[in-house]
Amino acid sequence: MGWMGETIDSIKSIQIRQLLTQAISLGMIVTSALIIWKALMCVTGSESPVVVVLSGSMEPGFKRGDILFLHMSKDPIRAGEIVVFNVDGRDIPIVHRVIKVHERENTGEVDVLTKGDNNYGDDRLLYAEGQQWLHRHHIMGRAVGFLPYVGWVTIIMTEKPIIKYILIGALGLLVITSKD
Amino acid sequence: MHSFGYRANALLTFSVTALAFICAISSFSDKFSNQNPSAEIQILNINRLKKQSYGNDEVSLTLDISADLQSLFTWNTKQVFAFVAAEYETSKNSLNQVSLWDVIIPDKEHAKFRIQTSNKYRFIDQGHNLRGREFNLTLHWHVMPKTGKMLADKIIMPGYSLPDAYK
Repeated sequence: MGWMGETIDSIKSIQIRQLLTQAISLGMIVTSALIIWKALMCVTGSESPVVVVLSGSMEPGFKRGDILFLHMSKDPIRAGEIVVFNVDGRDIPIVHRVIKVHERENTGEVDVLTKGDNNYGDDRLLYAEGQQWLHRHHIMGRAVGFLPYVGWVTIIMTEKPIIKYILIGALGLLVITSKD
Repeated sequence: MHSFGYRANALLTFSVTALAFICAISSFSDKFSNQNPSAEIQILNINRLKKQSYGNDEVSLTLDISADLQSLFTWNTKQVFAFVAAEYETSKNSLNQVSLWDVIIPDKEHAKFRIQTSNKYRFIDQGHNLRGREFNLTLHWHVMPKTGKMLADKIIMPGYSLPDAYK
């Protein structure tokens, strides 16, 4: 009960200036996180420089919950590379290995077929209706490095959004009631 | 200054920083390993070279693959993914790479092997360019670490060719 009274007192005693200062520092933190993210996008040349592995199709190499660092360069796509691609019509990117490459002589355009290491068949079933090959514009980046387990935070927050709300609510309460 | 919150925060920050540092160092230590893998591939038999009913050439062959990839394994290695690809050039395509067979090598003991197998994935051309075609067989490997940067390399073995007529 004493704790409740204390919290109510501290909410009542907030002055406008202090509140604005805190709001601005919070805004600064969020903005610097955004700046770092955009800078990473510039440096790696990829639209999403970090992705979380969502399925078990690349086990035992990549397990669900690992995060991958991507890099996209103008180098041609070659067999064996692990690429992240988007299929038209689906918004979840897929991380699989390139198993076939056919590169055109004149234009340099390339037909690519991918397959998950742990899958039995290739990815033609995953591509859009009537699509046999991937092309360069489907590919968002090559995986160059990885960290295990760190992506579970994102998976939990996506699959059980209630946890996200609880976390943000608790954070907000902490910011408001802290004395500094 | 000595509340639980401050102490928990300091502890968490320090442990995350230390963990990130250890991950970076173990990835860096991979640069000092001495790697000299070796491999040899023989084609035992070309089983079929045919034209598919809806157009493209297809080959089925049996390979004898022997390789020693033990020197690629370090303490930071989780697995090595190895695959054999046929690489060739046609008039329409400057490069074709078709993966014929692959394997996941989980540890050093399994990294020295000899296997005779028919191609795991279908060798299909874009067109009718496979008769009499010369091609390279390349053994690629991809070292996937427990944490950090991945490393890929290959051995190219040139000089293989396909028969001049369908069979």
